[in-house]
Amino acid sequence: MPIQRLKGVLRILLLIAVFLGGVWSQSSGVIDDFRFYLPDVQYLTVQHLWLTAVSGGLAILVAIPLGIALSRPSMVRFAESAMQVLNVGTTIPTLAVLALSMSFLGIGTVPAVFGLFVATLLPIARNTYAGLKGVSPALMEAAAGIGMSPTQRLLKVELPNALYVIFAGIRTALTINVGTVPLAFLIGAGGLGELIFTGIDLYDPVMMLAGAIPTALLAIVVDALVSTTAFVVVPRGVNPSRA
Amino acid sequence: MIRLDNLTKVFDTPKGPVTAADHITMEVPSGEICILLGPSGCGKTTTLKMVNRIIRPTSGKVFINGEDTTGLDTQDLRRSIGYVIQQIGLFPNMTIEENITVVPRLLGWDKARYQERARELMRMIALEPDAFLKRYPSELSGGQQQRIGVARALAADPPVMLMDEPFGAIDPINRAVIQDEFLKMQQALKKTIMFVSHDIDEAIKMGDRVAVFREGRLVQYSTPDDLLAAPRNAFVESFLGEDRALKRLNLVKVREVVSDEIGTVRPGDTLEQALARIDDFGYQNSILMVNDKHQPVGLITRALARTTKGYCRDHFQNVPATVTLEDDLRKVASLMFAQDTTWLPCVDDEGRVCGQITQRAMTHHLGSRFRPTQEDDTPIPDAATRE
Amino acid sequence: MELIRYALDNLDLLTSRTIEHIALVGVAVGLATLTGVPIGIAITKNERVARAVLYVASIIVTVPSIALFGIMIPVLSLIGQGIGYLPAVIAVLLYSQLPIIRNTYTAIHNVDPALREAARGIGMSQNQRLRMVEIPLAVPVIMAGVRTAVVLNIGVMAIAAYIGAGGLGTFISRGISQSDPRQLIVGAVAVSLLAIIVDYSLLAIQKRLTPRGMERAAETA
Repeated sequence: MPIQRLKGVLRILLLIAVFLGGVWSQSSGVIDDFRFYLPDVQYLTVQHLWLTAVSGGLAILVAIPLGIALSRPSMVRFAESAMQVLNVGTTIPTLAVLALSMSFLGIGTVPAVFGLFVATLLPIARNTYAGLKGVSPALMEAAAGIGMSPTQRLLKVELPNALYVIFAGIRTALTINVGTVPLAFLIGAGGLGELIFTGIDLYDPVMMLAGAIPTALLAIVVDALVSTTAFVVVPRGVNPSRA
Repeated sequence: MIRLDNLTKVFDTPKGPVTAADHITMEVPSGEICILLGPSGCGKTTTLKMVNRIIRPTSGKVFINGEDTTGLDTQDLRRSIGYVIQQIGLFPNMTIEENITVVPRLLGWDKARYQERARELMRMIALEPDAFLKRYPSELSGGQQQRIGVARALAADPPVMLMDEPFGAIDPINRAVIQDEFLKMQQALKKTIMFVSHDIDEAIKMGDRVAVFREGRLVQYSTPDDLLAAPRNAFVESFLGEDRALKRLNLVKVREVVSDEIGTVRPGDTLEQALARIDDFGYQNSILMVNDKHQPVGLITRALARTTKGYCRDHFQNVPATVTLEDDLRKVASLMFAQDTTWLPCVDDEGRVCGQITQRAMTHHLGSRFRPTQEDDTPIPDAATRE
Repeated sequence: MELIRYALDNLDLLTSRTIEHIALVGVAVGLATLTGVPIGIAITKNERVARAVLYVASIIVTVPSIALFGIMIPVLSLIGQGIGYLPAVIAVLLYSQLPIIRNTYTAIHNVDPALREAARGIGMSQNQRLRMVEIPLAVPVIMAGVRTAVVLNIGVMAIAAYIGAGGLGTFISRGISQSDPRQLIVGAVAVSLLAIIVDYSLLAIQKRLTPRGMERAAETA
């Protein structure tokens, strides 16, 4: 019960804070300042999403087959070392990935997309592999025992059972991706980072917030979208969030 | 001594209150093992766990050695009761020694004392202290782990122990071994033990008394032999199984059925004399031949004695088997079936013949106390379910 | 060759930036451990609170670091700390909460109920249970959370160079703004190596902290 009461109090305080914030921003003209950036925000958000879609989409298209391939019995010899490389790769900071991409490919959209692609690829491939390897051996034996071909086993048993873990990888990867796109501005690819970094350079708080708030919201929305997709797509029997 | 007085537990569930234990009143005398027996969900585990307040009673009281435990501090109460559970629950981050000495350490014993106690306990459970004390639970087999579990419960020498299906997760062969070891320890330790089981055979083997539960109620509380001989109602009878008379064979010792009257012949007797004795004693087939020390050495059969002349020492057959006074009737029956015989000679510790046991005496003994249940599927009257 | 010469010529700077980087992340994650572990333990008492806390922590992690800086700078400017160490340290503190709280919570929550019952049954108090059983069992998992937090935040700290927090990110930011590939590559490689080396060292520590009897259990965790 005390928790319930606490929640009520918090909610009222929050409402008051929002109200006061609104009053303050109206009186100080901040709202008008924001309106000034609206067209920029719209344009840059589209650019931002486009970068995410291209790099993320490519990463998914490459990473899942890569993860599947590594998990095949014939690849056992390479799989462990390949996973080591992927593991090391995911510890490399995204800024470093972009910087390295730029130093080899120059400035512009292509190196940005490539850097984002690499940063997104690793977690997805890693989770795909781990998810497939995590399917219970008993299940695999049963599938083989009732006469499924390797392809049937992959499509009907392994992938459905690994789907939850694969989606977790996609979710992590796309969240990282959306969060890294602002950095792509630094190597000349645009996106909402333009407002944030320029705002920092010019020490213009409104400009910073005009970039930062949509970026934060975008990340949260993408994260929620992927988790909702996972919730719907992953079969109920193997979906811990629906159990 | 453990005494339960109207111990009751009502669980609040989403589907409404469920009475898991309903006014349980019973007493376990000091030094005895009481088995709480019944199908799953019958309230036996709930009852056990109310004794050390793992489950808090809704109402009723628990007395230990005459003292009402209601006012005791929960932790003090638990530290004074040994507790063994089916999942063993050894702490994987602690060595065997640390596991065994955890209660003494909680009680603030000094180091030398609890270390010595650990070694003593290891010898008691027949595990080499030097080989095991510094190892970790994950390095031991299931049976070894549960021995450690028992040792941990015994560490502070509590007068009372609670055991929740302690041997349930151990494979049948090791289970029998560990049960025997435990009974041997109990003969020396004389703890007062409450022991939950769903295995009727285990109950008969381990229990001085058995309490049968059904749907939260204590249905019957008696010695294993009474339980098997006279189940109170159809539920108990069906739970015991259709072979309950056979199960009693485990409980009866030869000593209780043996007849010390037995006719024998000596190697120097003639076959004619042997035939006369067979007829005198009214034996059907044969008579036992003993040596000077009265030890069994052979059998003279009626058919041979009637058709042949000579001395017994030249015409005997081997004795198929002998039993001792401490053997149980299950072994006797098994020997009789295997040897196709209706009687066996019984010998004392020095191997001297001290009597005989016959199939008739066995069936008579079992049958004299065997009672079919009175009511069939009629509802159980209240008086029968509440002691 | 040119790169190596550059790195050698600037070895002093490289070293001091590395130390700065490690110190900032270390202090911030250290502080985060001091808050995260108690929070993780506390929320095992109430599942609804636990879900709420973990939800908030996961939302925070979702917010991109540069966006977090962009939001924090105007706020912190009010106390004159908009640029520099403070926003960076606060960001690291916030990002570290999720892995540390989540791992602490999961580890304690997942302690085998049989162990908990055994501990209760032999008369341990709640604090004794926590100290003698639950925390020792949870330490390797908590350590894994700390490791995740450190590796994640080495990257965050690199970005924090843009808000004047120093560290190895400075090489990258200068490299980009001065179009100097030497600084750019040295910075990127240094920060990558730092992340990888720290990851492996913390893994080694994590293994050492695992009680000997639990090595098998820890591998599956």
